[in-house]
Amino acid sequence: MAGLEIREVSVRYGQDVTAVDRVSLAVAPGEVVALLGPSGCGKSSLLRAAAGLEPLAGGSVLYDGEDLAGVPVHRRRFGLMFQEGQLFPHRDVGRNVAYGLEIQDLSRAERDARVTALLGLVGLAGYERRSVPTLSGGEQQRVALARALAPRPRLLLLDEPLSALDRQLRERLAGEVRAALVETGTTAVFVTHDHAEASAVADRVGVMDRGRLLQVATPDELRTAPASDRVAEFLGLTG
Amino acid sequence: MDRDRSRLSRTDAAGPAGRDRPPRPVFRPAVLLWGTAVAVPLGFLAVFFAWPVVALVARGFVPDGVLDLTGFSEVLSRPRTWRLVGLTLTQAVLGTAFSVLLGLPLAYLLYRRSFPARALARGLVTVPFVLPAVVVGVAFRTLFAPAGPLGFLGLEESLAGIVVALVFFNVSVVVRTVGGLWERLDPRTEQAAASLGAGPARVFRTVTLPSLAPAVASAASVVFLFCATAFGVVLVLGGVRYGTIETEIWTRTTQFLDLRSASVLSVLQLVVISAALAVSARARRRREAALRLVSTRSGARPLSWRSPADVAAALAGAVIVAGLMVLPLAGLVARSFREPDGSWGVGNYVALGTTGERNALVVTVWEATATSLRTALAATVIALVVGGLVALVVSRRPRSAGARRAVGTLDGLFMLPLGVSAVTVGFGFLVTMDQPVLGLDLRTSGLLVPVAQAVVAVPLVVRTVLPVLRAIDPRLREVAAVLGSGPGRVLRTVDLPIALRSVGLATGFAFAVSLGEFGATSFLARPDGATLPVVIYRLIGRPGAENYGMALAASVVLAALTATVMMVAERLRDERAGGEF
Repeated sequence: MAGLEIREVSVRYGQDVTAVDRVSLAVAPGEVVALLGPSGCGKSSLLRAAAGLEPLAGGSVLYDGEDLAGVPVHRRRFGLMFQEGQLFPHRDVGRNVAYGLEIQDLSRAERDARVTALLGLVGLAGYERRSVPTLSGGEQQRVALARALAPRPRLLLLDEPLSALDRQLRERLAGEVRAALVETGTTAVFVTHDHAEASAVADRVGVMDRGRLLQVATPDELRTAPASDRVAEFLGLTG
Repeated sequence: MDRDRSRLSRTDAAGPAGRDRPPRPVFRPAVLLWGTAVAVPLGFLAVFFAWPVVALVARGFVPDGVLDLTGFSEVLSRPRTWRLVGLTLTQAVLGTAFSVLLGLPLAYLLYRRSFPARALARGLVTVPFVLPAVVVGVAFRTLFAPAGPLGFLGLEESLAGIVVALVFFNVSVVVRTVGGLWERLDPRTEQAAASLGAGPARVFRTVTLPSLAPAVASAASVVFLFCATAFGVVLVLGGVRYGTIETEIWTRTTQFLDLRSASVLSVLQLVVISAALAVSARARRRREAALRLVSTRSGARPLSWRSPADVAAALAGAVIVAGLMVLPLAGLVARSFREPDGSWGVGNYVALGTTGERNALVVTVWEATATSLRTALAATVIALVVGGLVALVVSRRPRSAGARRAVGTLDGLFMLPLGVSAVTVGFGFLVTMDQPVLGLDLRTSGLLVPVAQAVVAVPLVVRTVLPVLRAIDPRLREVAAVLGSGPGRVLRTVDLPIALRSVGLATGFAFAVSLGEFGATSFLARPDGATLPVVIYRLIGRPGAENYGMALAASVVLAALTATVMMVAERLRDERAGGEF
């Protein structure tokens, strides 16, 4: 099977904290899946496990049928974006976006062209020489998105990328992130605790609670046929 | 054969039962990388610190191959020993108390208020900490001498005189540590207390002071450590009447060749220091936790002449800076232009090209200066490599609890040289390094003194670089890894550029400290390889007004060199990083 395949993955912290409990999930190439759940439900841990940043306590992560168990983080060709951009403070905007390109076999002109194209994609054309602290929160997240997309990752993992922004900006950026992912044909997993955001960005939404994946379905299906009371509760459909 | 067998067993493991648990990769370069990063400093510490110190301790317990505790009972039953222990603790407690007392208003003034020339004032306050102990000793001795500007106070060869000099040294540690936290305390907590009806004094007592407590405790424990191991200052200012365990070790070794008593005293010193270090480590952890809670914005507001607190702090600050810092240094400089016959001139500086009155020295002072610079350079390189690696390893937060404990232990281990006196290190070198080490005869290679100075400088390098590395959000490294950087490139493109300024500052620190190092060097430098501090001490110990004049001029040269190095390095300091010194 092509794309990302998570099979029975468990993540544990220490002896007794099970953050992710035997979760299985498949993401087809070009598909965007959102993981939705309250804070502490294990969705970020699952994402970090897929990136190779957390060791698996059980199960396996595959991409295009290849088991990634022995593949270190930097060889997985994934992208990752955090809540706060985690831009490199010692590099300007252009060199942040270029970071992942610098180890690829690209000429300088090709690299610059790609940086320019991506900054255009996220609506920050001409920002190459700006320094990171001069950017607003929304701009920083756009740069982080451009940086993550620049090396053409085969899978982009987004960990609450919009949660630190105010509501209005969040709604607008959710649409823009969706557009950028679709335009670049990027396969993505998007972690959020906001169901409106999940519906806006993703083709399918997985609802997580206490380390378990309760249901994976399109936003419409979730609304009309929640699999359990807990899912309905979290989508705000009860009461 | 073995390889075949392992492949066989792996095939088995990949069978039906082990399908969901694929074999882990056998060779990982990261393991090798980190292994080296741990092994190099540990080896350095083992050979150049643990071995000499252990050998020294062994000398106290097993002088002739058999366990013999009579040395202990003999030394410990001497009233003189307990008087020295008492004096060591008294001067350390007093030095710490006054450093904190005077440091607080200065920290408020320099970090909580802004005014013109604040940067200059901050720089001025830092200088004493890196000034060589011998120079400080000479400066205060000149001040307290019966004919000196403060001769009427009768502080010559007194405990009070020593405490004043210790405070001079250590106020900057308090100012820096407490100020760094104070600057970034969220003012809204204080405002909330004020809106609840608390007056300024009550706000300070109930909100500000408790918030600063971790930083005060951390600074106090470090200052206590420095005071308890102070050597050069006590040796120069205490004369024959006042001493500490530290100076006694030196006297026993170099004057009476009583190595057994010296060893016993070294063990005693280790006990005192270990206790202080344990307290210090705990206070430091609390402070680092506290630093995480504050905002990154500076909370400094302009100095107001209408606020009584501001006026009091400004006056106190001016008195402390003028009286404690400027006066002794200005006195030293002025006195250095006083020629032996009482007239003013540069005669003392001209004499630096000679070996002194009645050939007090084997080399000229300029030759000693060149030796000092060369030695300090070598020591700095060693300290940066070792200290940099330690900081790198200790800044990591490994996943397993065992590895985290190991990292914590490593952190503590490399604080030890800070506490274990330089005299002990020098004495230990003397005992152990009289034979080739790892096929290298250090005594003839000229590396003995630089290595000893590096042992003293390493903790400073670690403490300067570590907070910056620790402050790097681990997610930055994760992002870099996900973007395709292997461990080496993550280090090169994330850790290094961010820590570069602190490495520059650490370089300055290491160089300045090595330049002024006296305790260990005084044991190890041969007469023809004497460094500047050693030469200065020798000059003030010899009779003759000409020699004393030369000592003053040489002190000014050494102070100027050190201050210049530090001024350059200070420009690299990132105040937000919260370094300790």
